[in-house]
Amino acid sequence: MIELKRTPLNATHRELNAKMVDFGGWDMPLHYGSQIEEHHAVRTACGLFDVSHMLPLDIKGENVRAFLRRLIANNVDKLQTPGKALYSCMLNEQGGVIDDLIIYFMDESWFRLVVNAGTAEKDLAWMQKMNADWGMNLTLAPRRDLAMIAIQGPHAKKVLDEAMPGVDSMTGNLKPFNAVAMGEMFIARTGYTGEDGFEVMVPAQSAPFFWKALMQAGGKPIGLGARDTLRLEAGMNLYGQDMDETTSPLESGLAWTVDLKSEREFVGRKALEASEVSKQLAGLVLLDKGVLRAHQKVFTRYGEGEITSGTFSPTLQQSIALARIPLGIAPGEAVEVEIRDKKLKAKVVKYPFVRNGKVLI
Amino acid sequence: MFIPADLKYTQTHEWVRVEADGTLTVGITHHAQDLLGDMVFVENPAVGRSLNAGEECAVVESVKAASDVYAPVAGEVVAANSEVESSPEKINQDAYAAWMFKLKPANAAAVNALMDAAAYEAHVASEAH
Repeated sequence: MIELKRTPLNATHRELNAKMVDFGGWDMPLHYGSQIEEHHAVRTACGLFDVSHMLPLDIKGENVRAFLRRLIANNVDKLQTPGKALYSCMLNEQGGVIDDLIIYFMDESWFRLVVNAGTAEKDLAWMQKMNADWGMNLTLAPRRDLAMIAIQGPHAKKVLDEAMPGVDSMTGNLKPFNAVAMGEMFIARTGYTGEDGFEVMVPAQSAPFFWKALMQAGGKPIGLGARDTLRLEAGMNLYGQDMDETTSPLESGLAWTVDLKSEREFVGRKALEASEVSKQLAGLVLLDKGVLRAHQKVFTRYGEGEITSGTFSPTLQQSIALARIPLGIAPGEAVEVEIRDKKLKAKVVKYPFVRNGKVLI
Repeated sequence: MFIPADLKYTQTHEWVRVEADGTLTVGITHHAQDLLGDMVFVENPAVGRSLNAGEECAVVESVKAASDVYAPVAGEVVAANSEVESSPEKINQDAYAAWMFKLKPANAAAVNALMDAAAYEAHVASEAH
């Protein structure tokens, strides 16, 4: 049996009696008791997530920006003030998604990327190859020496301030999708829940006591189970489910992260421009009783589609999903979903389903 | 682990109680609900339906996953608990009080072939490795 990888907070989760699961080779907390209670805690107060399995990656050297202009589907020229963040996809030559990631611009010789856990090695190999092929001579440094904790919810700012008195001097003016670095500590106003919050990177050794300080300040530990229901309500894609190397970002609800306006050449651009977009990612709400799940078939008046992510929404108290369905099906339309040989009624909706604690559909 | 001594158990984590009138009350075990997590949906078999032993006859779904429930022995469904359908979380609160359906067994002796509490405990332990 292959040994599971552990984050610097592994022992902390075990002390908290978390139910641990194998998540893509990482030993991670699924929940600490009730997934649904954890979900509500993030929507109404403040939750803490160990996201140290994700990989921060520092790219340093001369002309990092030129490298990222070619590597990434979004345009890093949108990043002009230090600390500014950009969400984007890294594509292959066929226009498929190698990974989705966040890029932080620190200075012209330092950009920090945060990539998914399951794709980290593949991403790094790809970037190293491009770095060599394009003769860029940049340094790509994986930062496994850092732990990452997400603090999310309407009380996130208060919890962070209480856990680190005085931090407000650094975070007081921090706008969404911006970050600030203080030595090895890195605080970003980003997240994966649809709530206000922060993602904080700290040296691995300091993660357990930082976590405890955040708990004492009122943060509640949240497992990967609630992380998934929160991100789905917030209408945020999950790599490997809603998109992968075989799907186009233009058919995955990610057209907004692809910049085709600039003249810039980037990997995958030619394939995207030559492709015909015939599908869209849409939100679904189940009207009958049951639970929408990934890979269930969706029947629309323009043909079949498929659910990419589905769950029971604790906020809406009904089942919701993201589904890849034929283009032209509009919000409000009725569709059917096949669940265990039965066809159940669902409605197409514009997502996100929930943002900042409020139901939007 | 919570495994009442007076019940019978299946390999697929159903519990069975033999009632005074010979009917069998069926639910899923504490261990099963613990594996699944917060329950959000229950679909019971229709009253009157005839089931073969081991037949898929009901579904429980948590936030995390869907799981089939199997008929512990052959028989006819004589009752279904609508309370767990409207409040699936009752299974998390007390898996042995939140019964799902009742069966009139085709063969009263069939229940004797199911596991007792000690055998079920060993079965759960073996699955953990």
